[in-house]
Amino acid sequence: MFGSFMTNAWIVATMVAITAGIVGFFVVVRRAAFAAHVLPLGAFPGAAAASLLGVNELLGIIAFSALGVLGISQLQRWERREVATALWLAVALALGTLFLSMTRRYSQGVYALLFGEVFGIRSALIAPVAVLGAIAIAVTLLLYRPLLLDSLSPELGEAAGTGRGRIELAFLAVLALCTATALPVVGALMVFSLMVGPASAARFLTDRPLLALTLSVVLSLATVWSAIALSYLSNWPVGFFVGVLGGVSYAAGRLRHRGGPAHVR
Amino acid sequence: MGVLGLIFAPGFLSNGPVHTALLVGGGAAVVGAVVGVFTVMRGQSFAGHALADVSSAGGSASFLLGLNPLVGFLGMAALAAGVMEWADVRDARERDLLTGVMLGAGLGLTALFLYFASVTGSASGAAITVLFGSMFTIPASIVPAALALAGVALAVIAAIYRPLLLSAVSEDLAQAQGTRVRLIGLAHGWALALAVSLSAMTVGAILSTALLIGPAAAGLRLADRPGRSLALAVLIGLLATWGGILLAYDSYDWTPGHGWPVSFFIVVLVFIAYLLAALLARVRARGVSLRAVHPSGCGQD
Repeated sequence: MFGSFMTNAWIVATMVAITAGIVGFFVVVRRAAFAAHVLPLGAFPGAAAASLLGVNELLGIIAFSALGVLGISQLQRWERREVATALWLAVALALGTLFLSMTRRYSQGVYALLFGEVFGIRSALIAPVAVLGAIAIAVTLLLYRPLLLDSLSPELGEAAGTGRGRIELAFLAVLALCTATALPVVGALMVFSLMVGPASAARFLTDRPLLALTLSVVLSLATVWSAIALSYLSNWPVGFFVGVLGGVSYAAGRLRHRGGPAHVR
Repeated sequence: MGVLGLIFAPGFLSNGPVHTALLVGGGAAVVGAVVGVFTVMRGQSFAGHALADVSSAGGSASFLLGLNPLVGFLGMAALAAGVMEWADVRDARERDLLTGVMLGAGLGLTALFLYFASVTGSASGAAITVLFGSMFTIPASIVPAALALAGVALAVIAAIYRPLLLSAVSEDLAQAQGTRVRLIGLAHGWALALAVSLSAMTVGAILSTALLIGPAAAGLRLADRPGRSLALAVLIGLLATWGGILLAYDSYDWTPGHGWPVSFFIVVLVFIAYLLAALLARVRARGVSLRAVHPSGCGQD
């Protein structure tokens, strides 16, 4: 399990888990689970397009993440947030289907991009993942106060001079960065589960923001590590374990606090 | 005949798989549009999308077990809708998270079933079929069951139309009027499950969101009265679906050897309709505000 061919998997998954744990805290606070689902899922066509054009996959993913941020925020001017998100998802996936139909050799790649193939990660991917992850974490921490203020009390945030639209745009950009970090290595499903599961479970344990953020990272790491170990032992896909572990920790938290955490509103 | 020949590539009107696609796709579009209007009004777009994705776990399981795909898709969607309503979460944030966590677990199951399918070698390309759908490969034997289910979903919505509309506009008001809000929520949840599993099978689990949300959002842009929004949404959904099937069929002639995917055309048509609706609504709103600034005729000052 700790052999040399697994080293890359452990390193990269750890970096992704830390990034997703931190960003996930704000996904939960801002009620943005749908956007956290759609940006990664809507970025996979970028990878398909890149393979079609013969350019680096990561470039395509970054381009489509950025397109997602622009598309969602543009549609949000006309629509409620979730309707805008759903519409962008439809458009992105339609393009994805088109690109996929043009290349036949991509079928296995789709499975990896959606559900993740942690094993056999190339060493060349470690550096970009580390850089993108570090940027995502740095931006999130820089925006920590305005993001939190805007999420918990929009009026107070407005008074403090942080425009709502700008904060939402910045947050979507952070989500996109996290997507670009994680998508090539763990897949769209796993980065979504990691952003939502651990952070929502952490809320049941404490009502102090900074502690909840830390716990979110700890739980995210625990989820990823046990998922990799279980996947190694059973040969079942990692994405399955990450998704189910997220569900289990959320259910456990809910049962402890029946009716949900009253303090975090 | 010359013009018709340009629009309909030879064989379109006499092709068996095309008939099946037109029937099942049309049913999915109508049900999706009707249920979608209420889903958008109730602010449950995310739940709608999540149900579609979760239903794909059932779809991949039936792929694996050799069951009728309708059973798998529908069973899983109904189960998930039941869990969501049973958990009875009022707080918007909690609802968002519950939906998200359930979606993660459901997609995890999909990953597992698809993995089993690839290991047993029962189906290569199962991932693509389950997630993206394949309208021209729907077996004709499924048509009666699919249309019957579409009918059931429409009947459910028709039966609870007034209280559903009331609780979509204001839950508190509905409660004050003696509506059993939870029961209505559950009924809507199951209608939603029916709608998304139907469209999950036709345009694929991932793209069924387009049929659910797109026409409904456009219809709601275009009209203020719910009845009119419903009618427009149905019209847009049907035209986009049938137009998409036609274009996909014709596309075999544009690029010899392979056609373009149906789902792509349907979503593009739906999205164009939405953009036009949004544009029209903006123009109209500007007209109204101009009239408000320059009240013509009945001058008071």
